[in-house]
Amino acid sequence: MEAFVKLDGLVAPLDRANVDTDAIIPKQFLKSIRRTGFGKYLFDEWRYMDQGQPDMDVTHRPRNPDFVLNQDRYAGATILLTQDNFGCGSSREHAPWALLDYGFRCIVAKGFADIFYNNCFKNGILPVVLPTKVVDDLMGQVKKHAGYRLMVDLPAQTITTPGGETIRFEVDAFRKGCLVDGLDDIGLTLRHAADIQAYEERRRAEAPWLFAGQTR
Amino acid sequence: MSATNKTLFDKIWDAHVVRADGDMALLYIDRHLVHEVTSPQAFEGLRIAHRAPRRAEFTFAVPDHNVPTTGRALGIGIADPVSRLQVETLDGNCAEFGITEFRMDDPRQGIVHVIAPEQGIVLPGMTIVCGDSHTATHGAMGALAFGIGTSEVEHVLATQCLMQTKPKNMRVTVGGALSPGVTAKDIVLAIIGQIGTAGGTGYVIEFAGSAIMDLSMEGRMTVCNMAIEAGARAGMIAVDERTIDYVEGRPYSPQGADWDKASAWWRTLHTDAGAEFDAEVHLDAAAIPPQVTWGTSPEMVTGIDGKVPDPARESDPVRRTSIEHALKYMGLVANTPMREITVDRVFIGSCTNGRIEDLRAAAAVAQGRKVAKGVNAMVVPGSGLVKEQAEAEGLHRIFIDAGFEWRDPGCSMCLAMNADQLAPGERCAATSNRNFEGRQGKGGRTHLVSPAMAAAAAVTGRFTDVRELAK
Repeated sequence: MEAFVKLDGLVAPLDRANVDTDAIIPKQFLKSIRRTGFGKYLFDEWRYMDQGQPDMDVTHRPRNPDFVLNQDRYAGATILLTQDNFGCGSSREHAPWALLDYGFRCIVAKGFADIFYNNCFKNGILPVVLPTKVVDDLMGQVKKHAGYRLMVDLPAQTITTPGGETIRFEVDAFRKGCLVDGLDDIGLTLRHAADIQAYEERRRAEAPWLFAGQTR
Repeated sequence: MSATNKTLFDKIWDAHVVRADGDMALLYIDRHLVHEVTSPQAFEGLRIAHRAPRRAEFTFAVPDHNVPTTGRALGIGIADPVSRLQVETLDGNCAEFGITEFRMDDPRQGIVHVIAPEQGIVLPGMTIVCGDSHTATHGAMGALAFGIGTSEVEHVLATQCLMQTKPKNMRVTVGGALSPGVTAKDIVLAIIGQIGTAGGTGYVIEFAGSAIMDLSMEGRMTVCNMAIEAGARAGMIAVDERTIDYVEGRPYSPQGADWDKASAWWRTLHTDAGAEFDAEVHLDAAAIPPQVTWGTSPEMVTGIDGKVPDPARESDPVRRTSIEHALKYMGLVANTPMREITVDRVFIGSCTNGRIEDLRAAAAVAQGRKVAKGVNAMVVPGSGLVKEQAEAEGLHRIFIDAGFEWRDPGCSMCLAMNADQLAPGERCAATSNRNFEGRQGKGGRTHLVSPAMAAAAAVTGRFTDVRELAK
């Protein structure tokens, strides 16, 4: 996983609440057995006018001119600014894979769905929750000023606006550490193999049926 | 650990903490369910890192999302080569890593959340995960069950554990008794309508109260299944004698001395008197009419006597925009009575409502009636065993005689990864769990309802109060 420390990035606004993971990456693309290549199908049903199919060449597909990411001013955006409950619905990790593959490294929202929020940290994406008023204000600024950028500093837990205003955000210490160091958390858990072994032995004595397998 | 004043969730959580580091707990996972869509990259990750599953015998797999729902008895495979490769990849991975799989041609195959309780793979008091948000279903057994991403699937395979922060406790109490014709699905839609799709974010919800405990195990699974649609990490219901009766005698449930020991512990799996919840919600079952969604989020729901809302009457700008977007996508006009909305398709099935009780409820409405002209209606049993049971009861004859298609088991048109999809603009009464844009096919318009309400829509061609058909 790529580490996340600081990011100075162009911001794209997605001014909708309850954006679900079906919208982020529609089901037909979930047939892939790879983790890469989803970026060109990110928000497929909103981004293109035709029906998207796996492995489709998107070069000549008709774009929806009303969809925000199709506007030239947001090309190359690495920070997505959005409303509450982003990433709700299906647990598909293809959603953060698609966002990352497209180029987003940070998502700022009023709130996230739990599974999506977890999935972001496993893929080097920083999800940032900010208060309603702050997001509303940023949303207005991004729409108003072409080329609007934010400076995200994970170790300091701050976002700095072009005007120099510093906004603090909260993040769990363990998740922050993994992201800053780009750590594989399976490796971290395996360091506790002796604890897991001890738990299993204790549990087998307390609840032997859990270890019994098929009985009939 | 104090033995008193714990919630059901606290008890199960505490029994599974391997170690704690600040807010993070290393949580032991008793059973891991796997399907073909969210697992290939996890198995690939194990191979790349030269890791083996810690306890392959605690993982169970089944292909369900991509499988066709026609022609299976004829041995016809999956026509779409991309879908076929995904199912073959699951078969290969399970063989390579020694994981029990109920393959597509196994009579026990079906939707993962239908077959795991059916087989007794999921039991009270367990921690259960699956790379699928509807894992919450298994909370109905008095278990802690939640959906995870593919990285966590790999983590559980490699370590049988997950790093988790503990969610908060919420209790949703549904008091009183349901009126006839109103079901578990209507309860959970009404709850989501009240607390919203983000209302449960950060919480595990315990569903409680007389109307919940009066539900069958199938009904309890329907309620817990949609906890995720309220944003909750998991939904769960206390163990009672109905739970224990349901579990007894299943292929993977304990026997003999193990049974005695297990069932004695299971009988302690309820919230203690005096335990405190971080949030409490109350509903009166008697006040819940049959529910129908009108929009593109499960919280956009009303009673069958309701109307499509008018965005002009919404003061919050974000909500107003959401309603406007939804009405445009759904092709609906503000203030239209729900009863005047006609349907093109009807889908009865899914991990929410694909169990035997659901098929019985739909068949009771379909019996002696015909699917309305111009409506295409299909019934997709949740598993091979549900299909067998329904056929033994003659339900398939009722459906076929009424003009429904009688299909083979799978996720089918709930998420439309296989050939079962809506065409753009088609309107569907569905017993599934999500009415998101494009969920059942690009441009498709989904209204979530109970199985009885779906059957009522099929035979009348429009949303109809099933209580009137029963008269």
